[in-house]
Amino acid sequence: MTVAGRTLTPGFIAGSCILAGWVLLAIFAALGSPHDPLVTVSGAREAPSAEFWFGTDRLGRDVFSRVIYGARVSLILGFISVAIGSVLGSALGLVSGYYRGAVDTVLMRIVDAMLAFPGILLALVVIAALGPSITNVMVAVGVSTIPRYARLVRGTVLTVREQEYIDAARLLGVPDLRIILRHVLPNTAIPLLVLSTLEFGHAISVGAGLSFLGLGAQPPTPEWGLMVAVGRDVLGRAWWISTFPGLAIFTVVMATNLLGDSLQEMLDPRLKGR
Amino acid sequence: MFANYLAGRIAQLGIVLLLVSVAVFSIMHALPGDPVQLMLSGAESGSVTPERQEQLREEMGLNDPLHVQYGRFLRGAVTADLGTSVRLRQPVLDLILDRLGSTLALSLGGILFAVIIGVTTGVMAALKQGSWIDGFSRVLAYAGVSLPLFWLGLLLILVFAFWLPWFPPAGSAGLRSLVLPSLSLGLLSAGVIARLTRASLLEVLVEDYVRAAWAKGLPRRIVYLRHALRNAFLPVLTILGLQFGAMLAGAVVTETVFSRPGLGRLVVSAILWKDYPLVQGIVLFMATAYVLVNLLVDLLAAWLDPRIRDATPA
Repeated sequence: MTVAGRTLTPGFIAGSCILAGWVLLAIFAALGSPHDPLVTVSGAREAPSAEFWFGTDRLGRDVFSRVIYGARVSLILGFISVAIGSVLGSALGLVSGYYRGAVDTVLMRIVDAMLAFPGILLALVVIAALGPSITNVMVAVGVSTIPRYARLVRGTVLTVREQEYIDAARLLGVPDLRIILRHVLPNTAIPLLVLSTLEFGHAISVGAGLSFLGLGAQPPTPEWGLMVAVGRDVLGRAWWISTFPGLAIFTVVMATNLLGDSLQEMLDPRLKGR
Repeated sequence: MFANYLAGRIAQLGIVLLLVSVAVFSIMHALPGDPVQLMLSGAESGSVTPERQEQLREEMGLNDPLHVQYGRFLRGAVTADLGTSVRLRQPVLDLILDRLGSTLALSLGGILFAVIIGVTTGVMAALKQGSWIDGFSRVLAYAGVSLPLFWLGLLLILVFAFWLPWFPPAGSAGLRSLVLPSLSLGLLSAGVIARLTRASLLEVLVEDYVRAAWAKGLPRRIVYLRHALRNAFLPVLTILGLQFGAMLAGAVVTETVFSRPGLGRLVVSAILWKDYPLVQGIVLFMATAYVLVNLLVDLLAAWLDPRIRDATPA
């Protein structure tokens, strides 16, 4: 299949279909879920059946309905984290790459230090300071991705700013801010889109992990990581309580990875293999 | 030359660690919210008088200016004094050292699984391009970045502890209990290692010296093992350092999944207890360990590869 002169890879089609499916389920959760996710509708820990596709949990709530409502929490988490990381990271990268010199050195040293230890530690520190909640998880995950965005955007800006049209604009007396926003920023769009797609899935996975640890969503929120954590204690007796929400996370993250890699391949072959 | 490289890298390390300490300290201290209030915001918040709160603040040195507090924190960190846990009332360093062994065993087990599975798959994928094992290496790589670690751990427990009762589902008694947690950590890194081994080996296989080795009529085994793989392994070695970071990060989740004592589980508890000195100490310790391991790996790579050894550090 081709769209706008580009061949759509199978990964792109599969990834965007799965993701679109989840987005629709999240938006129309009330229509798609057979039961109220917060209400006891049956006996506790009933195995999957025709009535309860994914079984019921400890409190007799329908796991299928909870998984569908959980899509809302996770997708919102993905969007907010990506928004925080990409906006702040790009701003740092733009400033650093455009002005270079001392500003660049200082900013990039900080970014290097942030990259020098695992992102989850950074997220943990932020949560430790703000307290456990799903909102703070969004902030923490978003903040922990800032250095990756900053690096990427800075790299692109460094090559763009050597172009003649930038010199021309500067000679014409166009203000820096306008050059950055009008002429430099658009060039970073494609790498940013690719990174954001990959980070979207990553954020959902890390966010669910933090909720699994008890540092994010709190009961009775239907959140995937939290649901997996609750099911962990009864795994031997009721495998479905943990398994299905985990499967949901896996499909979303897998889809975004397929989509991100395909976008990279389709839009910018030079980025391949990075 | 190597001395120059070493000096450069160690200077770099110092800067990174200093910035890490500033970052950890400032996030914990500069954010709105009073640690004492947060600490007491549990069940006991009503029972603590303002006087007692003020006394706590004074004891913890929270009334001093920020730079004085940071100076104290840094001086402590350098002299291996990370303060005292508010909750457990023991020196933070003792608590860390207590649990270090368990986390280290887990990480090493994870690296071991990752290398065995990853390198084997990668080598076979490179030698048999387009075969099922090549396809498998791709699936492994995708699974590695897409599977949530905590869920993978639970699936392993479900299959290999409950359905097939081969391993204990939780705990830290004996080597058997280490298998499933290490495997879950290792599987996540195996994909990256497999793809890198494959790519690196394919690159090396078309080099002139490999062709020369074939031309000399050396047996396959010698060409692959002694000439190709040895050189192909350098990039893999470098990424192992980064994977150690993935192991540390993974330990935070995996130790909870398998109910193992360790640094990861301690840091999560510390956050839930709002035990600031403990959180600070563990994060600083883990970051230092990670940076040091990466330095060691890079030095090893440089020692093995004169092309890096003789270049000036970036």
